[in-house]
Amino acid sequence: MTGPGALILLVEDEPQMRRFLRVALEGSGYRYLEAGTGQEGLALAVQHRPEAILLDLGLPDMDGLDLVVRLREWSRTPVIVISARGQESDKVGALDAGADDYLTKPFGTRELLARVRVALRHAGPEVQQEPVFILDHWRVDLAKRQVLVDGKEVHLTPLEYSLFTTLIRHAGKVVTHRQLLKEVWGGAAGAQPLYLRVYMTQLRHKLEAEPSRPKYLQTEPGVGYRLRTES
Amino acid sequence: MDDRRPDPDALLRVVQEEEARERRAKLKVFFGAAPGVGKTYAMLSEAQERRSEGLDVVIGVVETHGRSETAALIEGLEVLPRRELAYAGQFLPEFDLDAALQRRPGLILMDELAHSNVMGSRHAKRWQDVLELLDAGIDVYTTLNVQHLESLKDVVAQITGVLVRENVPDTVLERADEVELVDLPPDDLLLRMKEGKVYLPDQARHAQDHFFRKGNLLALRELALRHTAESVDAQMRRYMAAEGIHKTWAAGDRLLVCVGPSELSERLIRGTRRMAGALGAPWLALYVESRQHLRFTDEDRTRLEANLRLAEKLGGETAVIEGAGALVEDILTFARDRNITKIVVGKPSRPRWVELVMGSTVDDLIRHSGTIDVYVISGEPGREPATPLIRRTITSPLRNYLLSALTVAAASTLASLIFRRTELADIVMVYLLGILIVATRFGRGPSLLASVLSVAALDFLFVPPYYTFAVTDFRHVGTFAVMLLMGVVIGNLTERIRAQARLARGREQRTHALYRLGQELARSSGSAALVASALQNVATQFQSQGVLLRPDEHGRLQAPPHPLAFPLNDQELGVAQWVFDHAEPAGLGTFTLPGARASYLPLKGAAGAIGVLGLLPQGAPRWAEPDQRQLLEAFATQTALALERALLAEQGALDKRRADEERLRNALLSSVSHDLRTPLGVITGAVSTALETPDLPEPARRELLQSAQEEAQRLHRLVSNLLDITRLESGALDLHTEWMPMEEVVGAALNRRELALEAHRVRVALPEDLPLVAMDGVLMEQLLLNLLDNALKYSPPGSPVDIKAWATGKSLTLSIADQGPGIPAGEEERIFEKLARGQAASNRPGAGLGLAICKGIVTAHHGRIQAVNHPQGGAQFLVTLPLGTSPVMPEEVP
Repeated sequence: MTGPGALILLVEDEPQMRRFLRVALEGSGYRYLEAGTGQEGLALAVQHRPEAILLDLGLPDMDGLDLVVRLREWSRTPVIVISARGQESDKVGALDAGADDYLTKPFGTRELLARVRVALRHAGPEVQQEPVFILDHWRVDLAKRQVLVDGKEVHLTPLEYSLFTTLIRHAGKVVTHRQLLKEVWGGAAGAQPLYLRVYMTQLRHKLEAEPSRPKYLQTEPGVGYRLRTES
Repeated sequence: MDDRRPDPDALLRVVQEEEARERRAKLKVFFGAAPGVGKTYAMLSEAQERRSEGLDVVIGVVETHGRSETAALIEGLEVLPRRELAYAGQFLPEFDLDAALQRRPGLILMDELAHSNVMGSRHAKRWQDVLELLDAGIDVYTTLNVQHLESLKDVVAQITGVLVRENVPDTVLERADEVELVDLPPDDLLLRMKEGKVYLPDQARHAQDHFFRKGNLLALRELALRHTAESVDAQMRRYMAAEGIHKTWAAGDRLLVCVGPSELSERLIRGTRRMAGALGAPWLALYVESRQHLRFTDEDRTRLEANLRLAEKLGGETAVIEGAGALVEDILTFARDRNITKIVVGKPSRPRWVELVMGSTVDDLIRHSGTIDVYVISGEPGREPATPLIRRTITSPLRNYLLSALTVAAASTLASLIFRRTELADIVMVYLLGILIVATRFGRGPSLLASVLSVAALDFLFVPPYYTFAVTDFRHVGTFAVMLLMGVVIGNLTERIRAQARLARGREQRTHALYRLGQELARSSGSAALVASALQNVATQFQSQGVLLRPDEHGRLQAPPHPLAFPLNDQELGVAQWVFDHAEPAGLGTFTLPGARASYLPLKGAAGAIGVLGLLPQGAPRWAEPDQRQLLEAFATQTALALERALLAEQGALDKRRADEERLRNALLSSVSHDLRTPLGVITGAVSTALETPDLPEPARRELLQSAQEEAQRLHRLVSNLLDITRLESGALDLHTEWMPMEEVVGAALNRRELALEAHRVRVALPEDLPLVAMDGVLMEQLLLNLLDNALKYSPPGSPVDIKAWATGKSLTLSIADQGPGIPAGEEERIFEKLARGQAASNRPGAGLGLAICKGIVTAHHGRIQAVNHPQGGAQFLVTLPLGTSPVMPEEVP
């Protein structure tokens, strides 16, 4: 079940955090499960099959990364990891291991709910790609490989297009450098984050109204990129 | 000898010595006249007694030689296991010094004090081991035969005809707190010998019989008794001095012995030692360096050095002075300077006529010594350095002789030209001129040749009867004699001048070397430069490779790698460590650990050893000669002092830096605690009001929560800044640089501050072709955020914030400009310091860290950050980053 009413599992050892998250999630109509340790979290995940999992990386009993790996062995439930600032490598590690998105403490309710929504949307059964993707000024016809900005066609090189559509596929979620390199360049030898950056810049120049202040093609420094779908 | 009162300092010293004596480890020597008198037996007996009193007694080394009674006494005593050392294909058990030091018994028994240790032991001699044990606080009992005493070596040789090679310096016996004479009448000893109870390890059978003649034993016994009496006397005198009983005070005698490279000097030194001992007076051995020094063979040099070392070993002071002119004058000047009361010289056996011609040193000394007594000890005929007259001149090459002959020929030619027109006297002058030229240019030998040839030529060519060597007029013989003499004298004189010049050059070179070292050391800043400079000088001066070792915080020596230094293996390092621990030289050329590859000297500063200087000679060590040794020691001292100074300076700078950091930290702490408490106060206040006020209307509640949220955000920023600055300062910043476009970082930062920027107009102008920069994305974003926050804080709402960038050949500059009040004049640098805040913002919190963090980040990127006041008002921050060569992107087919 996506949307309100969905069951969210929270694996978080800090009681005060759990309190605030509980109130926030319940306030938006989600159902809620709590676990104070990693083991507990895994057990509950098996038992209750939540729609999404919020996982704090700083758990006392196990490494958050381990938990993601274990989870991904048998489940495709979306996982959003919560971490502190300055732990970019942890986040990237978790994301590359299979987590879907991340939140950096301290964060507000709005950010939390936005992430949860995106995560649930991508997990839902009707996830097969719509043939046409529309966002604000953009209209992308995936079947015809056509990109229109404000109604005018914009020409993208094959790599640019591939990059763009990858982001569209993960719309709303963060995509790590590694993931992008793999999905766009197919893990070709010598493909570096540098290429990614340059191509992103090119995309911004072609698609954004203000390339230096992008609204949608957002950089998550140290982690990757995100195609923002909500304002 | 007048009764002189001791000065209070001397008395104090004596008292202190006594006290020190009480505290330190005790040495007891069981002294005997000959092997077999029962010293080991006596030692063991007493050891057993002490053991029964409860003392921890251990046997270090005891030789029973199979005697059952002695072996019986060993029973019950712990025996320290020996160390096996390989020597000449065998494994010999030797005393294990380290094991003994580790075991630390209360008392250790060490038989045969004069024993030479097998190569591979730490010390060459057992008595050195004993000294080290005593230093470590372990009491020692030991045995010693009278023949092994250094100062009595020659007397014993005279008595027994056997020269004993294993010696113990007298200083060691003097160190003994107790000397027990184990006496056995010679008849009893001979009886024991016949019964086979005496074992002599170091002499062959026939020598044994020779040694054990009754006459010898009687003489040795007397020697032993007398020596014991002397030592007891010395003890008594010390006691009297300590107790304040001064009847016959220690005479203010000081003895001087003049030494050279001859064997006679050795006798003189020993004799002086005995005399000094009897008088209780200090003594010095003096060597006057003269022009003869340059002509010494290696053997002479070694022997001279050995003599000086012997003097030191026997407890005398050594001095080497440069001869200024007359030997006697030099000696007496020195003697007067040092308040010498008695001089000891030897009489070399030169023939009388030489003495008549050349003068007798001894006579001159006696004549001019004034109030100083002169003691003359006659010498045995031994090998003496040949007198100057007969000394072969090895310095003049054959070529010079030929040139000398040629000069005479030239003189003859010239003479023959003027012969008819002048008198004989003028001819003589011509030849004399020739001799003079040869003497000044070609050396003494050739000048002698020139004299002879000139005389011959003169006789043959210019004196009637011509063309014969006969002489009719007898007066001419006189002329010849004079010419010959002149040749000799001039030759000698010029030779002397030349030699002196050489000597002076040598001295000058040494002085200059020392001066140069001093200069360089004074100029070097920092201990590293100093070490380099010292090693350089050592390498040049002594033709050796040097190494300078310094201790780490545990006192263990480390050899910092240096291009000039030679590598040390563990063994060498051990030697160096010993030198450091004991502040005594060791290694090659010394008595301690002589098997080492290199020589090691302690570097003694004002407060003890601060390091060790090691020298590995390339070829024969140049410091065997006394003057070189002095120079080396002077080098070591200078280096030590300079090093100490540098280290202290560095320590001082470090301490100052720490103090500064401490102060800054305190300031930061107090500022931060204030800045943390303020938002916390607001949050607590707002939230508690919201919770505790009953019936709070919704808008009010909202307002309270809003302010709580804002303050929380501010708190977050503050904490982030604190974390950042801590990370920057502790150097735990690992930069993850990647090539990226500036645009991306700017975009990310602006995105982050989206909400806050709504109130301002942000104008971004980044050229499209801006080159890529290598930077850490996360840190750069942080930098931009801090600068943005700064701009937002200080500029009024609605005012624009301009972000621009441009690239010049080598660098890229990013500019963020606001339209706020700008930076107060003169503060452009200071605002980047920690805790600095703009004047107008003293009540605006932020802990003043933001800009300091920016600076830290920019510095980590090897860039620069500046703040300027915009001509149109407002502040402008310029961040300049270096551009490298950005990598080339592979082309893609569009």
